[in-house]
Amino acid sequence: MTVPITTASKGSKILGITSIIGFAVLILLAFFVTDPDIRFHPETGEEFGQFDAVRLLYLHVPMAIVTYLAFVICAIASAGYLIKRTFWWDSMAHAAGEVGTLTCALVLITGSIWGRPVWNTWWEWGDVRLMSTLILFLLFLGYLALRGAFVSPQRAARPAAIVALIAVLDIPLINRSVEWWENRTLHQKSTLSELKIEDLTLFTLMLGILVSVLVMSWLILHRFRVAWLEHMEFEQGVKSAIEERRHIDNKEQ
Amino acid sequence: MKRLFADIGLITSKDLKIELRSRVLTNQVAPFALMILVLFGIALDADQQSLRNFASGLFWISVLLCALMAISRSMTIERDDEALVGLNLSGVDPIAIFLGKTCAIAIQLLVLEIFLGVGIILLYRSEVEDLWLLVATGLFACIAVSALGTIFGFLASGLGVRETLLPILLLPLLLPVLIGATRAFDDALGVAAINGWNWFAFVAGLTVLLTGVGAGANYLLAEN
Repeated sequence: MTVPITTASKGSKILGITSIIGFAVLILLAFFVTDPDIRFHPETGEEFGQFDAVRLLYLHVPMAIVTYLAFVICAIASAGYLIKRTFWWDSMAHAAGEVGTLTCALVLITGSIWGRPVWNTWWEWGDVRLMSTLILFLLFLGYLALRGAFVSPQRAARPAAIVALIAVLDIPLINRSVEWWENRTLHQKSTLSELKIEDLTLFTLMLGILVSVLVMSWLILHRFRVAWLEHMEFEQGVKSAIEERRHIDNKEQ
Repeated sequence: MKRLFADIGLITSKDLKIELRSRVLTNQVAPFALMILVLFGIALDADQQSLRNFASGLFWISVLLCALMAISRSMTIERDDEALVGLNLSGVDPIAIFLGKTCAIAIQLLVLEIFLGVGIILLYRSEVEDLWLLVATGLFACIAVSALGTIFGFLASGLGVRETLLPILLLPLLLPVLIGATRAFDDALGVAAINGWNWFAFVAGLTVLLTGVGAGANYLLAEN
């Protein structure tokens, strides 16, 4: 069996092109078409709000949702590996874990950039949601470090699956933190579930979520295929080595 | 159940006997703990008020750093000559191995906590206002650290990079314990006007949760 030389397929190319077009439309809407958040005080008439900083939320919020999604996929695939013990589940967990870590880093970075003008700080130590998100990021850095520490991916699979299942327990905590510790967070309660936004703002945010899910799926798909190719190459290498050894043994006899 | 407790006792006493004979705790970990307290004192420019204010945080950071050493040591003795494989094949219930090792590490950490506690009283001039809060928080937090440390020690055992990997895996999960225990100690040492018992309840809840998670992970790790 020959190892394919690319991770692309017709489906993944369509997914990729759709993601890029969607992302371009999102940038256009978020940064040029939608209005800045400017409100007026009813009594003094003074301007207040998030102004242009609100545009970053069209990226930050979808990326946070995608981070949760990627880590949940990682946890489900990890559980799948522990039950089925097949390479497919392990590769899926690895791919989702890697993509989730990347998006989690982007969530922290975009959040920090947004926080500077709006909260007047890059980082707030007392904010439970910020801290629990940072913990999640560090946990998955550990997950990837653990995977990288093993020479053989097969040996890394079970410990990594256990770490992923433990790490994902942080997600409900992050999600609920604004309700449980409402006095210890600068984050507002869910705007989406209570539908406090409407029209173009809501549409752009929904588009952001859709595009982010597409990009995540695209990245996971390619990362999964890279892992699959590495696995096939490793297997072929082992087979060739055995064949070569047999050949040498036969010659010696 | 009786057999389980006997096995836990057996594993705990085995680990503690090895520690008593090798004296790693007294000859290496305790001096390291003292060194951390001294370094913090120097780094904070020996400002007595700052040291008193930050004593709780410095205490728990010292405990966590020493715990990493104790856990790493506990796993090293099992890795040498494949002792862990022998232990697993001996018929001892995996949960007894997990709990036994957790108890052994917890006892060592408790000794270290007492040592460090005396250290912050003498060096940082901390004053104890609520001894029971201090004792209860110290006990529960060290069980949480030991339980998670044991499971992550098992996960990383057999790897050449165990010493560097263990902190990356373990410390993020222990951050909530660190926060809760520090706040409770702040109240017990009279440096913050907060209800330390609420924070103790938070630490106790986390301890139960993390020990349960550790036991579950141990089950998954042990089954073939």
